[in-house]
Amino acid sequence: MSAVKRIDPVSRRGFLGTVFSAGALVLGAPLFVAKDALGAEVNPGGGTWFPSVYLGVQPSGDVIIVAHRSEMGTGIRTALPMVAADELDVEWSKVHIEQALGDKKYGSQNTDGSTSIRSFYDPLRIAGATAKAMLIGAAAAKWKVPATQCKAANGYVTHGNSKASYGELASSAAQQPVPKPETLTFKTRAEYRYIGKGVPITDLDELVSGRGIFGQDAKMPGMVYASIEHPPVVGGKVKSADDSETLKVRGVKQTVEIERYTGTYGFQPLGGVAVIADNTWAAMQGRKKLKIDWDLGPNATYNSESFRAELTAAARKPSKVARDVGDVDKAFAGAAKTHEAEYYTPLLAHAAMEPPAAVAEFKNGKVEVWTCTQNPQAVQDTVAAAVGIKPEDVACHVTLLGGGFGRKSKPDYAAEAAVLSKKVGKPVKVVWTREDDVQFDFYHSTAALYMKAAVDATGKPIAWLQRSVFPPIFSTFDSKTTYGDLEMTMGWNDVPFDIPNHRAENGPATPPVRIGWMRSVANVYHAFAVQSFLDELAAAANRDRVEYYLDVLGPNRIVELGPSFAETAKQYPLDTARLRRVVETVADKAGWASKKSSPGHGYGFAAHWSFLTYVAAVVEVKVDAEGKVSIPRVDIALDTGKVIYPDRVRSQFEGAAVFGTSIAMMGEITAKDGRIQQSNFNNYPVARMPEAPFETHVHIVESDAPPAGVGEPGVPVMAPAISNAIFAATGKRIRELPIRRTKLV
Amino acid sequence: MIELRVNGVARKFDGDPDMPMLWYLRDELGLTGTKFGCGMGLCGACTIHVDGSAARSCQTSVQNAAGKNITTIEGLSKNHAHPVQKAWKEGNVPQCGYCQSGQIMQAAALLKQKPKPTDHDIDEAMSGNICRCGTYQRIRAAIKVAAGVKA
Repeated sequence: MSAVKRIDPVSRRGFLGTVFSAGALVLGAPLFVAKDALGAEVNPGGGTWFPSVYLGVQPSGDVIIVAHRSEMGTGIRTALPMVAADELDVEWSKVHIEQALGDKKYGSQNTDGSTSIRSFYDPLRIAGATAKAMLIGAAAAKWKVPATQCKAANGYVTHGNSKASYGELASSAAQQPVPKPETLTFKTRAEYRYIGKGVPITDLDELVSGRGIFGQDAKMPGMVYASIEHPPVVGGKVKSADDSETLKVRGVKQTVEIERYTGTYGFQPLGGVAVIADNTWAAMQGRKKLKIDWDLGPNATYNSESFRAELTAAARKPSKVARDVGDVDKAFAGAAKTHEAEYYTPLLAHAAMEPPAAVAEFKNGKVEVWTCTQNPQAVQDTVAAAVGIKPEDVACHVTLLGGGFGRKSKPDYAAEAAVLSKKVGKPVKVVWTREDDVQFDFYHSTAALYMKAAVDATGKPIAWLQRSVFPPIFSTFDSKTTYGDLEMTMGWNDVPFDIPNHRAENGPATPPVRIGWMRSVANVYHAFAVQSFLDELAAAANRDRVEYYLDVLGPNRIVELGPSFAETAKQYPLDTARLRRVVETVADKAGWASKKSSPGHGYGFAAHWSFLTYVAAVVEVKVDAEGKVSIPRVDIALDTGKVIYPDRVRSQFEGAAVFGTSIAMMGEITAKDGRIQQSNFNNYPVARMPEAPFETHVHIVESDAPPAGVGEPGVPVMAPAISNAIFAATGKRIRELPIRRTKLV
Repeated sequence: MIELRVNGVARKFDGDPDMPMLWYLRDELGLTGTKFGCGMGLCGACTIHVDGSAARSCQTSVQNAAGKNITTIEGLSKNHAHPVQKAWKEGNVPQCGYCQSGQIMQAAALLKQKPKPTDHDIDEAMSGNICRCGTYQRIRAAIKVAAGVKA
């Protein structure tokens, strides 16, 4: 417990081993072999699933659920425990949630890709039902009655007049055989207490009272503070540094050089000079006084305007075929009418409200780190490599995250803290500034897209070519990567239209900056191009947008997708009937049929399938005499399969509408001579209250399909739906983001 | 030596008088409810009350706070029972929660000035507070609940 007690406010998110009292019934998520706290094999079933989440019943009757996924605002620290608590059937006030350390025994902890519910809904309900069955077994043995005659509910097992609390039964339940999952009984929908209903979010009280502990708030005794001047161009190095003025700043203790990454950057530190001080302010002040002579490296020639021209030129050339149906070339050759368009989207920064931060202590060949990370195992790996120890010798405590959006999957900042602690001999807290965050991000990629269609007499496409060129994410791990296979699975090879000749292509691009993944990833630029282009075709045919979309979507069917979708398609086939249903739902709820666009006031539509969730949106915009855009209303309908926590599904889609508005209207990172030209919210604006949609109505389409992704799929529809609404209001076609680049009046 | 009151407690500070209140509160007093978001007064995450009015603590030096009554989120209410905090809980407002201290402090200051704010008043008062998760709609609704005006 000692390591935990040192940080008082965070202590409740302790080590697993310190969480449970002696005599507790501790269960791992089923279908794996593991030892419980008593040394017994808790899941002799074996199988292919990895251990993930732990559930324990204390002798006190308290239930502890270990959250192994990171909380960055999705509500996952509440939603997954709800699932286990429901099947266990226990009062919510008895449930205590402990945040797991990074540890491979949990399987993937990378809270990313909108997968937490999808991957862990079943393991947690099985864990809850297993615990309940074992408690019943213990009670039945105690009372010498058949288990089938016992009932368990609300923290008690009962039989006739006999009644025992889960807590009383915990230690004997631990000796019960673990039932096989196929023998378990699960609740029906009508029996759910929490699933599909909800509870207040776990951290609500902390968050409204300033007591929630984020990475920026983490502390270790005796720690010093560091602010790091990174090379102004990615790949640069310190030639020489003069810290004489820095050391005169009150509170500054020393400066330390951090070496640049080796090989491809991955998550390694960028290098630079760290100023170590008694407090954050002194470190920041000292940093301003550094005089550093840089070797700027090979990326100093990067200019985003010329890079854009290169991408655009590449998008005009035939490139690698990613999906090919029918014969597009032949269809174009014989076509009476074709339409083509080019689209462009810029680099984007994540700009989570909490800039990256970590505190680490290197001691006796081991590291303890507290940080806001989506990926604690990557922290272990990255820190270990940076300081030359084994990953298992890195203890990574996960704080709350002040937003993540994908940036905090990449723990370069945690490695910096560990490297500095090793050099300084004390715990070091690394605090990134907003400027650091905006200028040294793993950026959402820039893309150029080329679209071409041939249409029949009704305006419906008979041939369709789509070409996408962008620096790929995989370049982060292998600098030679120029094509984006991952990105092809995100709104590109899965375009579900009923078009007999359809080709998707991907052109090569070499990244000039660190590329990463941001909320909904390549779906952002792919949905922008596809859904904008479809609107252009509908406009050319003078057809109603929703009617046209459904026509192009075609008859209800399962869309044949390529081998890259094979794994997910088993459980999550792309079903156009479900897409049709969300389109019809949003049209109905938004009153689409009765809405008529007029000058300065328009309605736009877009639909998109991503993270296995079906989404359609109608956006209302107003464009005033100065060309200023406001968004009075967004309607967004979704089918994400079974919904565990409706309020958090709503909040994620409300938030996605705002996040998508920022992308559509204002987000843009540019570079000159390798230096990022934006630095803070003054020149990298994000949507504020008056710019955000005034009201967003989220319509959840009820479904019993397996649960799909929620955190990301609300984002991609926003940019095209807003753009299409602006076209309806002004006649101005938006072909590049952000929209503020296009003069609207 | 600079003297000031923080959440009703008399404090003395003999460090750099130019240090922003943000860092004094967070690093020296351990009051980490006040958040660092931009350091330039652009995002509102660090909002505190100086003699009852909302101020950005990253733009308020300790010497400028001398002799003043400072309130942080930790001192806004006993048992987190300020009407704004209660309304926030009722609406399950926060997502990641990082900006919410600042949002709540800003909203509390607004309601002190304008107990029955219009949508326009809310936009004006809250436009300096960024929420990247996009909880604006619920923030607006919660302010109306706290104010007892119709949503």
